[in-house]
Amino acid sequence: MRTKESIKIAVRAILGNGLRSALTMLGILIGVGAVIMLVAVGNGSSVAVQKQIQSLGTNTLIVNRQGGFGPAAGGRSRTGTISRTTDLTMKDVAALRDKGMNPDIKAVAPTLMAQSVTGTYRDATYSPAQFIGTSAEYAEIRNYKVASGSFFSNDDVENHARVVVLGQTTVTNLFGTGVDPVGATVKFGNINMQVVGMLARKGSNGAQDLDDVAMAPVTIVQDSFSGISTSLNNITIEATSRKAMDLASSEVTTTLLGTHRITNGTPDFSVLNQGTLLETSQSTNRVFTVLLGAVAAISLFVGGIGVMNIMLVTVTERTREIGVRKAIGATKVDILTQFLVEAVLLSVLGGLVGVGAGLAGSRFKVVGVTPVVAPYSVFLAFGVAVVVGLFFGIYPANRAASLRPIEALRYE
Amino acid sequence: MTGPGRAGGEWVIVVHEAVKTYSVGSVAVHALRGVSLAVERGDWIAIMGASGSGKTTLMNILGCLDIPTSGHYMLDGIDVSTLDDRELAEVRNSKIGFVFQSFNLLARTTALQNVELPLIYAGVKGRERRRRAMLALDAVGLSDRVEHVPSELSGGQQQRVAVARAIATDPALILADEPTGNLDTVSTSDVLSLFGRLNSEGRTIVMITHEPEVTDHAKRVVRLRDGMVIEDRRQAPVSGPPPLYAAGAPSSVAAAR
Ligand SMILES: Nc1ncnc2c1ncn2[C@@H]1O[C@H](COP(=O)(O)OP(=O)(O)O)[C@@H](O)[C@H]1O
Ligand SMILES: [Mg+2]
Repeated sequence: MRTKESIKIAVRAILGNGLRSALTMLGILIGVGAVIMLVAVGNGSSVAVQKQIQSLGTNTLIVNRQGGFGPAAGGRSRTGTISRTTDLTMKDVAALRDKGMNPDIKAVAPTLMAQSVTGTYRDATYSPAQFIGTSAEYAEIRNYKVASGSFFSNDDVENHARVVVLGQTTVTNLFGTGVDPVGATVKFGNINMQVVGMLARKGSNGAQDLDDVAMAPVTIVQDSFSGISTSLNNITIEATSRKAMDLASSEVTTTLLGTHRITNGTPDFSVLNQGTLLETSQSTNRVFTVLLGAVAAISLFVGGIGVMNIMLVTVTERTREIGVRKAIGATKVDILTQFLVEAVLLSVLGGLVGVGAGLAGSRFKVVGVTPVVAPYSVFLAFGVAVVVGLFFGIYPANRAASLRPIEALRYE
Repeated sequence: MTGPGRAGGEWVIVVHEAVKTYSVGSVAVHALRGVSLAVERGDWIAIMGASGSGKTTLMNILGCLDIPTSGHYMLDGIDVSTLDDRELAEVRNSKIGFVFQSFNLLARTTALQNVELPLIYAGVKGRERRRRAMLALDAVGLSDRVEHVPSELSGGQQQRVAVARAIATDPALILADEPTGNLDTVSTSDVLSLFGRLNSEGRTIVMITHEPEVTDHAKRVVRLRDGMVIEDRRQAPVSGPPPLYAAGAPSSVAAAR
């Protein structure tokens, strides 16, 4: 008998028992939908974290002081060695910029965060979330583009120039929407600074608004906004390539051990490698996604048991039909095919609707995560549904096929 | 479609010393204790006997639905015991048409689809399948009921659909287990005149029955008791028309061909 006939018979049987078929398919539907949605949630949170890390720039290394923030002037210096300090200084920056010593480093920018600096322009006042003192390289490393005007230059840094570059959130709050602030003078603290550039919009990295910033030459920030601290908050470095990141990282360590005159090899700073950060987050996210997927796969399995259960009931109910079919010429294979097709059709239909439900469900935010559908999960879930139908259909179908015709005909 | 031949002297069924023993728990039930039976092509046999005498068991063996514990069965010259499952299915499909006491039509399935069923398993497709099913339904006088499902048909009509299903693949042998057992007198005579026509066209019929007035239609009567043949009586010659069949009765089967 042709498969076409088997499908026709199966469709008729499925439609003949509408509610029961629908409930059976619901099991598969929920399984498939859950796999797609939960993998999408896992995937979505992974994408969000990666976006956050990538907003640091590409191939970025960040040098932090050991022990983090806070006034650091001589804070950790040891007795008798005056020059030993945990400070990160412009001297460190200069040393790192030495291409001879650090061939794998492309650019180095100091960052000095000034705390709660309020800007005033005419009647408007606003404190940007971040007021960053840095150098011209920062724009390149962190991928900031200017929408208007230009970024300040390293001459400005040397000259302690009173210039500032503003992010768009800051501009909107000080100047209003759609105003080009370039050329205007904004008073930050009690210093009048000239706006030389407005940054292109970067949006959010998921954790913070990247446009809520103001940037000025590190020198003027040191002079005017950072109080008595002489240390930088950190140094941002771009390696020449992704592959060179590990080399660049060890060059940073060697260079800074030198400038900090540390001989015992225990650094008083830490080098954060964006690549490693990404890898770590990716691997934790993979575990997370696999766990979610596994939970969903179990529900798919349970759906398969539902298919088997209903197929066993169907076979028992239709024992007499099987007897009649065999009496008029159906072979074992015909009967096997018929019931197998019915089981697979139940799970395929359930799976298809499940794919629809999973895709629809993935359009909603789940606990703050925007799900990102992984195409593989759609094919995987649907494929597994079909295999589940086959697997759980084989036993009942085989039972039907092995019924002896006389037993089946005697069955009441 | 070529009608089954009417040449006499050909044995459609040859059963030799068939024994069937069922074991129920540790008890052996002897359903058949050595039955020998030879049926000529074109004959119409009524098998009679009390309940439990082995009629259905014999019918199952004749229909290749079961195999004897010992003894031989040749159908149309083929030793059935040599056939595998697939070949048996094909024999049932092409050589035998079954009619059951309880009709055994598929529920929620139209008369036409029921009659198409054996043709599906025979590999007949599309229009041809439909045409032949319609022809069979026409032969039993139900061309106006093809889209009805069994629950919309009377018992007599359901049995006629079952007969149409039995003759759809044009088998030489019709096996009927108490075909009129569930029917009223009018439907009974409908089905019997249908059988008469099929037999006069050359089909061999083996029919189980309890009722003497049904037996009267057959050309030969075989009586079983306790799994053995105790009587074998001929009522009419094989080559002639069935005893109670009006020879001039119109044959829609013949007309349709
Ligand atoms: N599948 C079976 N298992 C056990 N005993 C059976 C089976 N089928 C029939 N029998 C027994 O075999 C005997 C003959 O049964 P059957 O051929 O059905 O008789 P009939 O059709 O003449 O009433 C009975 O005693 C019956 O109980
Ligand atoms: Mg019986």
